[in-house]
Amino acid sequence: MPRPLSAPLDVGFDYTRSTGPTLGRFLSDLRRRKVTGIRGADGRVHVPPLEYDPVTAQRLTEFVDVASTGVVRGWSWIPEPLEGQPLDRPFAWALIQLDGADTSLLHAVDAGSPDRISTGARVRVRWRGDRVGAITDIECFELSDGPGDEPVEADDVTMVTTPVHLHYTHTASPTEDPFLRGLMEGRLLAQRCPACEKVYFPPRPACPTDGVPTTDAVELSDRGTITTFCVVNVPFLGQRIPPPYVSAYVLLDGADIPFLHLLLGVAPEDVRMGMRVEAVWKPREEWGPTMQNIDHFKPSGEPDAPFDSYSQHL
Amino acid sequence: MRDVAVVGFAQTPCVRETDGTTNGVEMLVPIFHEVLGGLGLTKSDIGFWCSGSSDYLAGRAFSFVSAVDAIGAFPPIMESHVEMDAAWALYEAWVKLQCGEVDTALVYGFGKSSAGQLRRVMAMQLDPYVVTPLWPDSLGLAGIQARMGIEDGLWSERAMAEVAARSRAAAMSNPLAQLSGPVSPEDLLDEPYVADPLRRHDCAPITDGASTVVLAAGDRARELCERPAWITGFEHRVDSPSFGTRDLTASPSAVAAGKAAGADGVEVAELHAPFTHQELLLSQALGLGDITVNPSGGVLAGNPMFTAGLSRIGEAARRVHDGTASKVLGHATSGPLLQQNLVCVMEGRD
Repeated sequence: MPRPLSAPLDVGFDYTRSTGPTLGRFLSDLRRRKVTGIRGADGRVHVPPLEYDPVTAQRLTEFVDVASTGVVRGWSWIPEPLEGQPLDRPFAWALIQLDGADTSLLHAVDAGSPDRISTGARVRVRWRGDRVGAITDIECFELSDGPGDEPVEADDVTMVTTPVHLHYTHTASPTEDPFLRGLMEGRLLAQRCPACEKVYFPPRPACPTDGVPTTDAVELSDRGTITTFCVVNVPFLGQRIPPPYVSAYVLLDGADIPFLHLLLGVAPEDVRMGMRVEAVWKPREEWGPTMQNIDHFKPSGEPDAPFDSYSQHL
Repeated sequence: MRDVAVVGFAQTPCVRETDGTTNGVEMLVPIFHEVLGGLGLTKSDIGFWCSGSSDYLAGRAFSFVSAVDAIGAFPPIMESHVEMDAAWALYEAWVKLQCGEVDTALVYGFGKSSAGQLRRVMAMQLDPYVVTPLWPDSLGLAGIQARMGIEDGLWSERAMAEVAARSRAAAMSNPLAQLSGPVSPEDLLDEPYVADPLRRHDCAPITDGASTVVLAAGDRARELCERPAWITGFEHRVDSPSFGTRDLTASPSAVAAGKAAGADGVEVAELHAPFTHQELLLSQALGLGDITVNPSGGVLAGNPMFTAGLSRIGEAARRVHDGTASKVLGHATSGPLLQQNLVCVMEGRD
């Protein structure tokens, strides 16, 4: 059996977070080329600052200036950096205890090769030129026993934006795969549960009632019945059609589960539950493994289906 | 306290990549069939269902809701989920049984790590302000911890390689293992570093897999299982997420969980240690001495994310079920660098 269809999916989102008073102070100071810690309940100076003591959970408020120079307390070597990491050439991850701090900060050290770095090595911050108030304002640390850079003036920050981009390869299930391949040929392939005999379109990896894989393929026609619908009046980002228009649940003849699609060719006020519809396909040369091959549904002109024929599918 | 026991366990093979979806249904259907069939139960006999998984790992929203298809959840079931290793779902189910609401529970976890880039996905569990924006990878962080222990004289690259060799040798008796076979520590030490001081053998493999455990209380457990693995201690503890404030060569949360759960006197332990040095650290923290650790090969032989901890408890329970041990320990970890630790101690009663 050939492997199921698969496709890459890149997921991205810019997380925006308010900083609050403790991390806000730390991140604002990074913008000023300054590093700030906070004194814990036991007197230790934490860098980065913590909002609450890790042992007593007491709220912490006493900020302490520390140096932008320090010492490596532990490290590992990354020969092949990954996307998003501070450096795109081999580097060390290190826990760095800044002078004046009692705890360690994680960051990258631009050491060139692993034989140049060691625990106990002296390092200093290499500041980014365009600082925004983020941990990445520290471009990395560099091996140096020299002094840190002088601070500069900058405004406070209250928000931080973290872009997150992750990459996946998604695979269709063994039951979704023939469905998607069928769509490429303009065929609507459902699957029947061997236990309850319900016909699922689109097919699912397992029958949600019986928990068994569906095994029997069933080909359906492209006609069906509107089970329920809504009139979309609200504009939103990415909308394809100017509102008002109708999104409808279509129960294909022979199927037991309706699916959501677009209904055109009828005024919204004339749409009814039980209305009979048929698919309007895109031109064949535009077909792919997607339900978008059906551009929309339109009324078929048949008499409405009786309520009993779809009352179990609402 | 109610007497509650592990009465059933099933798991998929640990493999580098499956063809299935990231919602786990294809992996879960056969192991539900196996574990329920083995106990003579059907889904309607289960009082509570609880799962562990991660949407970041799955690369889709509400993957655990799609996974419920594998149960066949009609008529409606009582169900819950944790965005953690399913060992914590087992804890939730155990609490549910302690409350007396139900007599049986089925717990499951699943992860298809091969769908994404695991080393990057794991950055999503770190502090979102001052750590995640740097995209630290899981191997890089573990490498720092490993070096600190090496330089403090707590373990060595040689001792780490011996852990890997022992894991793969033990896994030869585990047909579901991903990595197994005779290897010599010397040969392993000839391999290059992937995150100095870690070599490939020091890091658990990338694995797709799922597993499930069935709990039952009192007489129900005795009916279902000839030798139930009675849970005599079940505790979890947590250290600060700010790992720069912690002594990374120790695990106070593992020590505390082990003490509270009564780890003394266990004959077999299954430890959720995704890196060789972490097995050495945990053995020390739990005071295990010279007992048998990870007879299944542990997660170095196959590491299905978000269920590998549950599998440790299931593997440990099996040693009670088959009569080869009378007091066993299953351990699970979560968070970066052994931040959270869970210990489940189980005993057979003759």
